[in-house]
Amino acid sequence: MLVLWSDVVVWLLVLSLVGFGWQLKRDALARERWRLVAQSHSALASSVILLWFVFIALADSIHWRTDDPYRPVVSALDVALTEMATGQEKSYSAPFAIESLWKETRQLDDGSVIRVPVALKHAGMHLNNASEQATDMVQQSLFWLVVGAGLATILIMLLARLRLFKTSDLPWRTAAYTLITLSALSAWLWGMGQSYHVLGTGKVGQDVLYETLKGVRTGMLIGGLTTLLTLPFAISLGIAAGYFKGWVDDAVQYTYTTLNAVPGALLIASAMLLAQLYLAQHAELFASEQERADVRLLLVCLVLGLTGWTGLARLLRAESLKLREMEYVKAAKAFGVSDGKIIGRHLLPNVGHLVLIAVVLDFSGLVLAEAVLSYVGIGVDPTMPSWGNMINLARQELNREPVVWWNLFGAFVGMFTLVLSANLLADRIQQVFNPRAQGRS
Amino acid sequence: MTTYIIRRLLWLLPILLMVNLLTFILFFVVNSPDDMARAQLGNKHVTDAAIAAWKAARGYDLPLLWNSEASGWSMLSQTIFWQKSVQLMLFDFGVSDAGRAIGADLAQRAWPSLWLALPSFVLGLVVNITLALLLVMFRGQWLDKLGLVISVIIMSISGLFFIIGGQYVMAKLWHWFPISGYEPDGDLWRFLLLPIMLGVIAGVGSGVRWYRSILLEEADKDFARTARAKGMSQWQVMRKHVLPNGMLPILTGVVAVLPLLFMGSLIMESFFGIPGLGSYTIDAINSQDFAIVRAMVYLGAVLYVFGLILTDIAYAWADPRVRLGDD
Repeated sequence: MLVLWSDVVVWLLVLSLVGFGWQLKRDALARERWRLVAQSHSALASSVILLWFVFIALADSIHWRTDDPYRPVVSALDVALTEMATGQEKSYSAPFAIESLWKETRQLDDGSVIRVPVALKHAGMHLNNASEQATDMVQQSLFWLVVGAGLATILIMLLARLRLFKTSDLPWRTAAYTLITLSALSAWLWGMGQSYHVLGTGKVGQDVLYETLKGVRTGMLIGGLTTLLTLPFAISLGIAAGYFKGWVDDAVQYTYTTLNAVPGALLIASAMLLAQLYLAQHAELFASEQERADVRLLLVCLVLGLTGWTGLARLLRAESLKLREMEYVKAAKAFGVSDGKIIGRHLLPNVGHLVLIAVVLDFSGLVLAEAVLSYVGIGVDPTMPSWGNMINLARQELNREPVVWWNLFGAFVGMFTLVLSANLLADRIQQVFNPRAQGRS
Repeated sequence: MTTYIIRRLLWLLPILLMVNLLTFILFFVVNSPDDMARAQLGNKHVTDAAIAAWKAARGYDLPLLWNSEASGWSMLSQTIFWQKSVQLMLFDFGVSDAGRAIGADLAQRAWPSLWLALPSFVLGLVVNITLALLLVMFRGQWLDKLGLVISVIIMSISGLFFIIGGQYVMAKLWHWFPISGYEPDGDLWRFLLLPIMLGVIAGVGSGVRWYRSILLEEADKDFARTARAKGMSQWQVMRKHVLPNGMLPILTGVVAVLPLLFMGSLIMESFFGIPGLGSYTIDAINSQDFAIVRAMVYLGAVLYVFGLILTDIAYAWADPRVRLGDD
């Protein structure tokens, strides 16, 4: 068992999510609002998809060391996808291809030399000849789709016996359909991945579908951890500025105006350049490449978090300025309740919805930001599987002949699904918790 | 008004000071000139003499804050802080680590950046507001709903995909535009049209939603309802009542980012090979030229502060209820 720092973070993130859900049990008003959120078909379906992404990220966050020198560290996800992870080819091959995209020199019997594609080592091995491929793919696809959908249906039928799902008026049917679709798709991807490269292979022959799935954890971590890192700063400074006013307010405003004044990309770039220098000069600190990449990932989150808290802090300051003039706050003050208690009892619960909305909105923005940063070369480690790195590669690949589009496609589908689900959920949450500010961020 | 602006300036000056101090600490204290030299000359097999020569050539061999070897005024001025940071405050950008005059580079590269950024911005604004008006006019109907769905979808696609895909399809496959490049004298628009278009498309999702929410707020107010009740057409209500009132938040938002257009777009410029300030910055980041990075940070901060002042002025100008400096 090997625990990477980011693993700890991922599990902590999920635990805090569970804890958040748990405390809803006591809060009737919040529970009612969440029920409203879930009443939207799109929000519920998005939640199911997001949970699926969380599940993948979790499976990718249990690591242990192995004796295999080529794969010194593996995660549970790697084990589930062993066939894809180890099915290394020499270079590019198209989705579902059984022949390579590159050509090798062959000498014919008559002495002439031709260049031909070669058979892939890990695709279509069970076929006797290439003409069987079409039938085989149809048969296998049907099989795996039915298996996936069937498993999900059984699961749903078992769950449907729970009281929770019987008595409520939520659109469970939508959730069920989403789950069945997801499950069928996953089973199909997994099953087809056993005998083909569903999304082809990349430059050094790695399976692109595998890379795409590995990118889930990176994206989720950058979105989730960074948002979480900004919260303590944003909440404490924002509320303090609005509640205490005076010099505290001046100091906080000065701090976030200064941070905002520095162009965001440059601040991140400078910090990452410095971090890179440090990591390069202290390579001996890390046992494996993966552990170094891991620390760099956390650094990216830290740097993004450093600049990311200002927006929410400004919002909370404005809200606290309003709240402190409320009669119940004034009454509490008159009774001699301490500032700390007033903030804890009267201010915090009343800005909760702003924090919540900021969290979900920031999340999708950060997933997108990761791609841009990696593209510029100041994001996660180039060896780390991430959607930004895949897009970065795609730039040269589009200029090849024939065009290699599958890296770009994999990153696109992964990012689009995650960000769209997050955006749809965020929209609904905003609609319910703060109807006036619909569409504002 | 004048006193207010002077007061604001005095409040904003410390911000520039702080930004400068921050870059000084980041680039000279946390990261010593020795580290910079080593990174530039290749981490391994670097002799001390080579490092010393590299530092001397760029003026990084001085003490940080206090030169005890010099005398009189030179004790302060013959330091890295004075030579680099204080000079930067006075807009003397100095020489890049590669030996070019940064000030001249900035002056030359600001134009391509502006040629790209300003039309993108203006066109984006016009398109976004027009579409938002349309959605608000048909509020709650299928056009509004469809528009919102498309907005969310566009919003969920990384701008990188628009740029990469747009360039591939429209320049490489269809040959409508040159793939990349820039000719200041020749067909400027031929090179700029594609990046401008893609920039507008990439921003239309969040833009339309943002302006729609602003306009919707105005459209819900009493005066708009009254106007409709007295028989004005929906379009007239929009034009005469909703848009003018919505212009205030729109205007103040616009002037805040207007100066920052000078900084150029990092991704767009580097991708389409436009020699503006954005690609200048990216090149500096990639070649780890800290002198340019410092200059760009400071320039960005100055423009941001300038934008803040413009916002205040715009408020006072557009909203007769705001009287600056009377409080």
